[in-house]
Amino acid sequence: MKKFILFALLALSPLAVQASEHGGAELLHAPVNAQDKVSLQNGAKLYVSYCLGCHSAKYMRYERIASDLRIEPKLVQEYLMFTGDKLGEQMNTHTDPKDQAKWFGAAPPDLTLEARLRSPDWVYSYLLGFYEDDKRPFGVNNHVFKDVAMPHVLADLEKEQTPEEFKQSVGDLVNFMAYMAEPIKAERERLGVFVLIFLGILMIPVWFLNKEYWKDVK
Amino acid sequence: MSTDGVNAGRRRLLIGATAAVGAVGVGYVAVPFVKSWNPSAKAKAAGAPVTADISQLEPGQKMTVEWRGKPVWVVRRTPEMLAGLKRIEPSLLDPASENEAQQPAYARNEFRSIKSEYLVLTGICTHLGCSPLFEPEKAKLESTWEGGFFCPCHGSKFDLAGRVYKGVPAPKNLEVPFHSYTSDKVLVIGVDKEHA
Amino acid sequence: MNKLFTNLMGWVDARFPATETFEYHMSKYYAPKNFNFWYFFGVLSMVVLVNQLVTGIWLTMSYNPSGEGAFDSVEYIMRDVEYGWLLRYLHSTGASAFFVVVYLHMFRGLLYGSYKKPRELIWLFGMGIYLCLMAEGFFGYLLPWGNMSYWGAQVILNLAGAIPFVGGDLVQWVRGDFLISGATLNRFFALHVVAIPLVLVALVFLHLVALHHVGSNNPDGIEIKKNKGPDGVPLDGIPFHPYYTVHDLVGIVVFLAVFCAVVFFFPDGGGYFLERPNFEPANPLKTPEHIAPVWYYTPFYAMLRAVPSMFGSAFPGVIVMGAAIAILFVLPWLDRSPVKSIRYKGWMSKVWLGILVVSFVVLGYLGVQPSNGHTLGIGNTLLAQILTVLYFAYFLLMPFYTSIEKCKPVPDRVTGGSH
Repeated sequence: MKKFILFALLALSPLAVQASEHGGAELLHAPVNAQDKVSLQNGAKLYVSYCLGCHSAKYMRYERIASDLRIEPKLVQEYLMFTGDKLGEQMNTHTDPKDQAKWFGAAPPDLTLEARLRSPDWVYSYLLGFYEDDKRPFGVNNHVFKDVAMPHVLADLEKEQTPEEFKQSVGDLVNFMAYMAEPIKAERERLGVFVLIFLGILMIPVWFLNKEYWKDVK
Repeated sequence: MSTDGVNAGRRRLLIGATAAVGAVGVGYVAVPFVKSWNPSAKAKAAGAPVTADISQLEPGQKMTVEWRGKPVWVVRRTPEMLAGLKRIEPSLLDPASENEAQQPAYARNEFRSIKSEYLVLTGICTHLGCSPLFEPEKAKLESTWEGGFFCPCHGSKFDLAGRVYKGVPAPKNLEVPFHSYTSDKVLVIGVDKEHA
Repeated sequence: MNKLFTNLMGWVDARFPATETFEYHMSKYYAPKNFNFWYFFGVLSMVVLVNQLVTGIWLTMSYNPSGEGAFDSVEYIMRDVEYGWLLRYLHSTGASAFFVVVYLHMFRGLLYGSYKKPRELIWLFGMGIYLCLMAEGFFGYLLPWGNMSYWGAQVILNLAGAIPFVGGDLVQWVRGDFLISGATLNRFFALHVVAIPLVLVALVFLHLVALHHVGSNNPDGIEIKKNKGPDGVPLDGIPFHPYYTVHDLVGIVVFLAVFCAVVFFFPDGGGYFLERPNFEPANPLKTPEHIAPVWYYTPFYAMLRAVPSMFGSAFPGVIVMGAAIAILFVLPWLDRSPVKSIRYKGWMSKVWLGILVVSFVVLGYLGVQPSNGHTLGIGNTLLAQILTVLYFAYFLLMPFYTSIEKCKPVPDRVTGGSH
């Protein structure tokens, strides 16, 4: 038994190591909350307004946003969809990546999985991490992603809002991106509770069945 | 080891309980495997309703639209064609569309359509699945021909409401897919009050 | 109802050894009554194998094994296929669970001398299974075609490239192209889905047949067949069915609870079961910051890195890594102890086994760290070198310390066993 505990501790200790892969800057904590539908809806609107022009989210279907975020399909078509008219479509940009590579130096990547690739905290810190820098082509640089080729797309929003409101907006956007990276997350955790409860129930007859038969063994 | 004094009844109970809960578990586990075979969101998106603009359709003409991999015909019938529907009834197997599986309730009428002028049919022969040919010309195939569809594969004949003739291999009227009109000129195939 | 069953079985048994086989392997297979916690991992390995096979088949129904379509098809499975996300997580968690369970199963072998005569062949079949499992994991990891998939495969294939003279041609032959591409992906898919599973199932079958032929070992390392009752049944033996079938059910339910907790609540495994760089598609022009193989290969990877290049070649590292696995094959012949179980071996065996475990685990940890880092004040490379030597010492010194140490007397009858 002691051997087992020692072994388990040793085996699990590597999990305590979390690989951190960013420019060394401390990351802000992103306010991700899959239950906050209002935040997600706002995030969806922000994504479509500010990001979708360059960054596709090609694994996300509009119809899924409608059902998961509890938005009427007609409203999704009216406020979130600018080109195409089919709800089942994916969130593609209509810009040619080759042109984008010419304009920006690198084609803007698809962002569906970005929050899982980098972590929501990274994306949050990145969007809040732009600062002025004359030496860069678009006049901005970023604390988290040094010499990034992306302009500060949210600059106008930042000017219109107070610092708290802007942080809230970015938080909503990151919340939406965290959702987009794994839309099934809330449902999987919900099902998980039922699965574990079921296994707990299954354990009852299984345990007593075992005990009953092993009475024979002396 | 000893099996004397075994409480067989208790063992049967415990085995039964384990088997019962286990069976429920197996049922639950089977669900994702079975459901994963259903049409995916991608298939559903591709199979989404199709809009057809019928404003350019001339009287007596047929247009074809693809929906869920099937040809859907829209025929703009002339008054002549409509009149022929009554005359041909004696030759038909199911003139009153009694087979409910072949059309939605709103197409179970003398014209088999919502608007008498426009016929909407799935262009697949109810015999073995070939796509019949449009033969609107009166007296073309035979002297009593009032216009309709002829399937070249095995010779089945249908009238201009998609109703099947007697004495041909096909057993049922051509299917009317569920559809609706969003305006006079726009037909949506795959959507009606029940099916969104 | 009973009569119907009896008649049906009678019909079958006249044509097929059904009841005979069931009795030989289950209801009249006498297993020692003192199996403990360590004895669950064999059956758990089979549970995970079934999981991988079934979820794997289902994934194959929606997965697209082409360079252009693979990554997209995984997201298609995760989002568009009903319950596809569950099939995927069951399979990815199952892959890691397979190694957890198999390592613990192998450890039991080390603890109780389950590899010693007459069970050497069981051990060899088992080592064959372990090799196949590692290959299966390697081929399978390329399939999502993520960036870590690509670069992990790149690194490991380049190891083969280190083999003198034939290395370069060999790597090109394995790749089927001048770089890792759709050609590589497609063949890895065939190997992962068809070839290795067939070999694995065959080896598991042989492993079990060999086991049942000699009978199971036990925590005391006593041969229960030496003490039989007047009816020919070992005194310390109990029929596998029903005693171990119901006993294993408990273990399986506990395992499923832990397994499902991971699947439903942290399938990423803290970045160890689903690695972050794999959430973007394979990119030959963009290397991830840290390329490390998946956690279950990391002890061997650490050993590989610890060996310095010699004569401009990384080949010595490859040799050492290969030897670390190969040496496990000869374990039955290195152990010269008169007793099987660690319970009755001398203090030296206990110390060395502890050293092996610590070395293996810490090497595993070092495998995910950058090699130029420090742990507890020691440079990682130096530490890995020390631990590699200690790992090999467990094996290479075993003929000596198992011969000279003083063992405890082994009882005639098993200890423990009723609960």
